[in-house]
Amino acid sequence: MPILQDDQALVGKLRARDKAAFATLVRELHGSLVRVAMMFVKSRATAEDVAQDTWGKVLASLDRFEGRSSLRTWIFRIGTNCAKTMAEREARSTPFSALEEPGDAPVDPSRFNGGGRWAHPPEAWSDDTPERVLERAEAVQEIQRTLAGMPALQRAVLTLRDVQGLESVEVCNVLDLSESNQRVLLHRARSRVRLALELLYAEEEA
Amino acid sequence: MVTCRQMTLLITDYLEGRMPFMDRARFQLHIGMCKHCRRYLHQMKLSVAVLGGMSPEPVPEEVMDSLLARFSDWGG
Repeated sequence: MPILQDDQALVGKLRARDKAAFATLVRELHGSLVRVAMMFVKSRATAEDVAQDTWGKVLASLDRFEGRSSLRTWIFRIGTNCAKTMAEREARSTPFSALEEPGDAPVDPSRFNGGGRWAHPPEAWSDDTPERVLERAEAVQEIQRTLAGMPALQRAVLTLRDVQGLESVEVCNVLDLSESNQRVLLHRARSRVRLALELLYAEEEA
Repeated sequence: MVTCRQMTLLITDYLEGRMPFMDRARFQLHIGMCKHCRRYLHQMKLSVAVLGGMSPEPVPEEVMDSLLARFSDWGG
């Protein structure tokens, strides 16, 4: 696969030591690298160290980037490798067993009647477009809180797939997940975000 | 038949295009008939779009400074 045109331009700038291009890339990806690293390591502080190491590794290996994946996928892949190394150093096994979490239904079962029909259906939200939701600071804060509070594996999947917009096959590649496990985690994570917004808008109505 | 509860369980398979043809047809039939589930689907799509539109978390200034310093020293 040839290097994506955008990636090619960006890699060219980085190799030409364009500091502004590097700063933009860091701003775009650093927070997500920290969030994904938290899947493997104990603390936010360690995850921050991992993210910083990742950038060092990215620069050290940039000349070997061949564009077999997108640049962002490649960077996240380096990030998870750094995080795994760090986790081994911390002598802590990775929490992949956390995939099955009972009681993690997308919607409280009591909201349906015996026939599986809505007994308490979703209400309309006062903001109805992404732009309007994004303009509302409480909504964005609520989503950040929800992201911070969800299981690490769900957070990693949601960050890569929906926040960073990677394809699901790229997410599987970065996190070493099967496609179906990735989808289960994505489903739970998205359902949590919808629910958080539902609760926020219900509170406003009350 | 797809129930409302099943719709909430299958919605990501639907949105990700990972549903067998007949299941997809049943899912769409249900959405067509049930306004509550149409709203649920809309809210789910909205939530995904909002996630994609969020500004990145700011990088702490000292972190940025240290990374830029590293960039300047990069293998010359």
